[in-house]
Amino acid sequence: MEVVGKSMKRVDAFGKVTGEAKYTNDLCPKDALIAHVVHSTIANGEVLSIDTSEAEKVPGVVKIVTCFDVPDIQFPTAGHPWSVEAAHQDIADRKLLNTRVRLYGDDIAAIVGVDNVACERAERLLKIEYKEYPSFTTVEDALKPEATPLHPDLRKTNELIHTSFKSSPDYDYEQAKERAVREYGAEHVREYEQTYRTQRVSHCHIEVATSWAYVDVNGKVTVTASTQIPHIMRRVIAQALGWPVGKVRVIKPYLGGGFGNKQDILYEPLNAYLSVVCGGRCVCLETTREECISQTRVRHAVIGKTKALYTTDGRLLARTLDGYANKGAYASHGHAIAASVATVYKDLYNDAYGCRADMTTVFTNSASAGAMRAYGVPQSVFLADCQIDDICHREGFDPLKFRMDNCVGKGFRDPGNGITYYSYSMKECMRRGAEYIHWDEKRKAYANQTGPIRHGVGMSIFMYKVGVYPISLETSSARMILNQDGSIQVELSATEIGQGADTVFTQMASETTGITPDKVYIVSTQDTDLSPFDTGAYASRQSFVTGKAVKKCGLELRNRILDYAAYMLGRPVEELMIHDNNICERIPEEGTTIQTDLSAGNGYGYVPDGSVDENDRYQDWLDADVKHWNIDDLPSGRKSILRDTGKILAKPGKVLLSMKDLAENAFYSLDRSEHITAEVTNHCKENTYASGCTFADITVDMEMGTVKIDHLVNVHDSGTLLNPQLAEAQVHGGMAMGIGYALSEELLYNEKGRPLNNNLLDFKIPTALDVPDLKVIFLQMDDPMGPYGNKALGEPPVISVAPAIRNAILNATGVAMNELPMTQQRLVAAFQQHGLI
Amino acid sequence: MYDIENYYEAKSVEDAIAHLAADEKAEVIAGGTDVLVKLRAGKDVGCDLVSIHEIPELKGVDRLTDGTIVIGPATCFTDITNDPIIQERLPYLGEAVDTVGGPQIRNMGTIGGNLCNGATSADSGATMQTLDATLVLQGPEGSREVPVTEFYTGPGRTVRKRDEVLIAILVKPEDYIGYSGCYIKYGKRRSMEIATLGCCVRVKLEAVDAKQAEAGETGGTQDSSTTRREDAASTEQKDAAGSPALPGAGFSLADVRIGYGVAAPTPIRCRKTEQMLKGMSADDPAIYDIIATHVEEEVHPRSSWRASKEFRVQLIREMAKRALEQAILRGIGKGTPGAGDFLPVELEGKQKMRETMTQDTAEVARTADGGKDTGCGKGGEHHA
Amino acid sequence: MAVKTLAAGKAVSIMLEIVHMTVNGEEKELAVDPRESLLDTLRNRLNLTSVKRGCGVGECGACTVLIDGTAVDSCLYLTMWAEGKHILTVEGLKSPSGELNEVQQAFVDEAAVQCGFCTPGLILTGVELVNSGRKYTREELRKLISGHLCRCTGYENILNALEKVVGYH
Repeated sequence: MEVVGKSMKRVDAFGKVTGEAKYTNDLCPKDALIAHVVHSTIANGEVLSIDTSEAEKVPGVVKIVTCFDVPDIQFPTAGHPWSVEAAHQDIADRKLLNTRVRLYGDDIAAIVGVDNVACERAERLLKIEYKEYPSFTTVEDALKPEATPLHPDLRKTNELIHTSFKSSPDYDYEQAKERAVREYGAEHVREYEQTYRTQRVSHCHIEVATSWAYVDVNGKVTVTASTQIPHIMRRVIAQALGWPVGKVRVIKPYLGGGFGNKQDILYEPLNAYLSVVCGGRCVCLETTREECISQTRVRHAVIGKTKALYTTDGRLLARTLDGYANKGAYASHGHAIAASVATVYKDLYNDAYGCRADMTTVFTNSASAGAMRAYGVPQSVFLADCQIDDICHREGFDPLKFRMDNCVGKGFRDPGNGITYYSYSMKECMRRGAEYIHWDEKRKAYANQTGPIRHGVGMSIFMYKVGVYPISLETSSARMILNQDGSIQVELSATEIGQGADTVFTQMASETTGITPDKVYIVSTQDTDLSPFDTGAYASRQSFVTGKAVKKCGLELRNRILDYAAYMLGRPVEELMIHDNNICERIPEEGTTIQTDLSAGNGYGYVPDGSVDENDRYQDWLDADVKHWNIDDLPSGRKSILRDTGKILAKPGKVLLSMKDLAENAFYSLDRSEHITAEVTNHCKENTYASGCTFADITVDMEMGTVKIDHLVNVHDSGTLLNPQLAEAQVHGGMAMGIGYALSEELLYNEKGRPLNNNLLDFKIPTALDVPDLKVIFLQMDDPMGPYGNKALGEPPVISVAPAIRNAILNATGVAMNELPMTQQRLVAAFQQHGLI
Repeated sequence: MYDIENYYEAKSVEDAIAHLAADEKAEVIAGGTDVLVKLRAGKDVGCDLVSIHEIPELKGVDRLTDGTIVIGPATCFTDITNDPIIQERLPYLGEAVDTVGGPQIRNMGTIGGNLCNGATSADSGATMQTLDATLVLQGPEGSREVPVTEFYTGPGRTVRKRDEVLIAILVKPEDYIGYSGCYIKYGKRRSMEIATLGCCVRVKLEAVDAKQAEAGETGGTQDSSTTRREDAASTEQKDAAGSPALPGAGFSLADVRIGYGVAAPTPIRCRKTEQMLKGMSADDPAIYDIIATHVEEEVHPRSSWRASKEFRVQLIREMAKRALEQAILRGIGKGTPGAGDFLPVELEGKQKMRETMTQDTAEVARTADGGKDTGCGKGGEHHA
Repeated sequence: MAVKTLAAGKAVSIMLEIVHMTVNGEEKELAVDPRESLLDTLRNRLNLTSVKRGCGVGECGACTVLIDGTAVDSCLYLTMWAEGKHILTVEGLKSPSGELNEVQQAFVDEAAVQCGFCTPGLILTGVELVNSGRKYTREELRKLISGHLCRCTGYENILNALEKVVGYH
């Protein structure tokens, strides 16, 4: 490939270093009214009354709306594609403002004023009467019989959904135990039981959740919002207002980080409503940092009760997970994230007899848990990989070898959803990571340490499905328009949220059309009135799912261009190709067919004539590959494995016509005027797994409870890298987020359910002094599913960091930390408990 | 926008005091990093602000002829740290305030504000306690001097009246000449942090040999430390043959001062422990046991959601030992840069392993990524 | 929708005051509300929207500007204090012909930019370091940028970019 796979500079870098890139609030008219949300000061109960009379007298207050005023419409907030089947629709469990208070800070009123001071003064004058119920922020308390059900209209208890996934329908742990004893003898079979806990954390994107709304001259409520999912937001705002979708317009400018929080609908429907009730005036609703941390979404806290059965010679036989996900006050993404915890727990290791993973999602009086980078999988892998290392620690197994012997295998296909691990690299990833960290030497060197300063190495692995198919719809559209100068516009509703989407789509469009990237103009802003449909930035889907749409659209545009070129030049299309902004002669290299390198990134993604049979090649891959390609047999480094595509290789010959001349002619020809555009929808029905691992080398100060990360390496197989420099940068960010998850981040509540640390001073995301130099290693395995051989990368970097650090602490000290975050206080307490200090 | 009624930029201290006295709703604002944060949180909203931000006489550090160091309370933390007088005479104070917030906050927040906010977690608090600093408050009735050890009346509360302005912080020569010290800030992360615990230990070393002691006493401040350093070097040579000894051989602890932040509702001193340590040999292993054991009897840490009492007690003991050792090391000219950090120190073996690793990993990366040590395959081998 | 509309709408601000400052090299005379932070003034009155609000309390560094060459959080800086001072934002860094400043260019080249929200503030801290005329170690740089929170980059490429400009080579 010529453009894809190169470290092209970000298309938005210039705008972002100069301040010219405009984010949501940068575009807000300066005379916009300010909206201020009033939050409950109890965690569980009901609002009995709100007296606004004094507050209304405050100069500068324009409107006060309470929970008694808003439309009686319940709506869902999850950033999922809508389901046409009622049973699969997201749970509609909140109104714009709620009389039933389900968490401390629930939204009970809103004040619109000319400035924040007027709104805040008015808020202090509101007289609010509550009926208060005992509150509960933990799953354990929420499941007690005396706990008030938070959504009695939906569920009789606080249990939202329970699911059970099994590796096979007839699997049963107790039977597995009997079978183990039968097959291996009781003395060779061991069992390990442990409970692990992960915490509630906030995304902490640096741009808070924010939006502004007005009613346009066409009667549409027009919302400019910091969102990952403009088209979904449009639908949800319509649902919340009870309006038709066409009367809502959402615009998404540059965005200052989302990490899944902005894959949910937050305050935008309320913002739209406030504008409507203020006569369509422009109203800005920018959350405070405090609101953004505790009143938007968080990562689910998970409790995992685990059991494992294994042999004394290191064969994993069976595992069981009974887990609980803390949902918080509202359903948001419902049970989808808990389900993700379960499936990855089940799939990551190849239990000889099988695995059962049960998850229950439970409502509590705390921040609603929604999507956050890697959608339940960091929790899942923490449970799975703490368990694995605990077993290894107990038995003296080498955790690397144990994983090599027991991890998910090549050709794995999830029996439940059918997602198949096409390009398999798990073991090679582990090998690379171990090599980098000097695993064997360090495990030896760090054995049997005593004293106040100790060292440890630890590891963790992950697998991650790229998109959401077949669990949910994957659909994406793309539009390309040829300009008079031979350049093109690319319009998508896949969103740039900092990850580099605009840049890699530019590269893809260039690769496929033959138009150089400097002449590919991607429209960064999404406007639901103008941009073709896409569900947006979530999962790690866009480069995969939208990438397919871009490729399909690029091929179509190219064919139309060539068709016009054929007309202009009076030559058959078959003799032409686009290269470097020119129409060239297509020179077939007779006798040479295209060889694709299965182990590198130039394989199926790019065939110069564009006539790829997408369906054909998948089967071919599976048939050919599993037989002939075994990465496990390869030494480190690459080796080409070539496959003959049967297609004749061609190269560009003589330049016949410039794109500029062609475009000008196509626009203005008196003979045949044709505005060359292409627009496609790609309904994606493919998926695959990305994978990788983390290795950590750490120093522990026993008496002070501090952990210093000396070396941290993430190894990723994300298929062909679309842009290696940006890919590496994205991994860095995930690793830093993983460090915070491991050691310092946790949203805390007091006994009344009030958040204690919903600010950036007390919620400890890492600063530059808390992150070591970060090492990234990529294996680039061409994946047959990816449009350019690519697989997921956005979310995976965060997954395996925390368990790797945790396992390094275990290696250093012999102390198993079973709860995140592994704060200094928890470490000191654990060391004291173990008599180490 | 901040919810205030009126704002006044004072031209001088007297002007500020006059405005404060005339307006009961008026509060002083200097650097703004506390006052504005409180206002935003809805505390004291609707007040009037009298700003002393632009009064030059409240800024800067001076040393009077009698050796007294005068610190202008409106001096920002960065300027304290970078001030030549502070760097030469009170380096531990410069280090302490260099741990406040982050660089931008240190460019704005003031040392006076750090004291007047009454916070036990203030990073200058523990060090100021050990310096026995004197705070000069000026109000409508004139000025008064308050020892910093009597300044605090409770968490977030001080003896300063609303219409008084802190106009100077004084450190007397007998409280700093001949001393070395170390402040350790312990937090949950290494920047943008409120101290979980802060500990400052300062020592005055006295050479056990009388002649050396005399040289130390008569040499004044800077000269004496130079002499000491040379002495220390020779002492060190003597030790070199023997087993690794604790630092400070040949010296006794003529004075020890121990200050804490967050070990009680206000910054505190541990005077009883100080008394026990006075006169002991600086390399006596017992001093570390004594400090760890006895400070515990003088502190009153509380459990909060930020940290449990038990955890704080562990830190109080451990940090006292480390700060004491570092203060002694510094006293003999062998201090560790960055010792105020709470991260674990590198061991020699580890360092060696690290060095070999750096070389090897370069090779690994080259193999993996087609010739470039970038880890991201910038080489084009597979993009043919 | 049964919501009563208030007749109100007029803000009562305290009297505006005149402030003189030099912003990105241009002298400005502005009437401001004394309750404004410099962040408010730069964004709302001068449309310098590179100055971002991330927390409003000096905990994230997104609103960092240089005042007389020193990096401060403009959210905790009253505009009244800016009288007579020189303010620099990234809008003032490009050369008249549109070329990037060396710190900006290093951020572009090293892929130190992702979502871009912390970027302007970090670049200004970088400019402050360049202006010091000093060189810095990587560890020193870590401390000097530790007042800027970034959630995208793990700081790795930001440090690489700054090392390129003010590091030891």
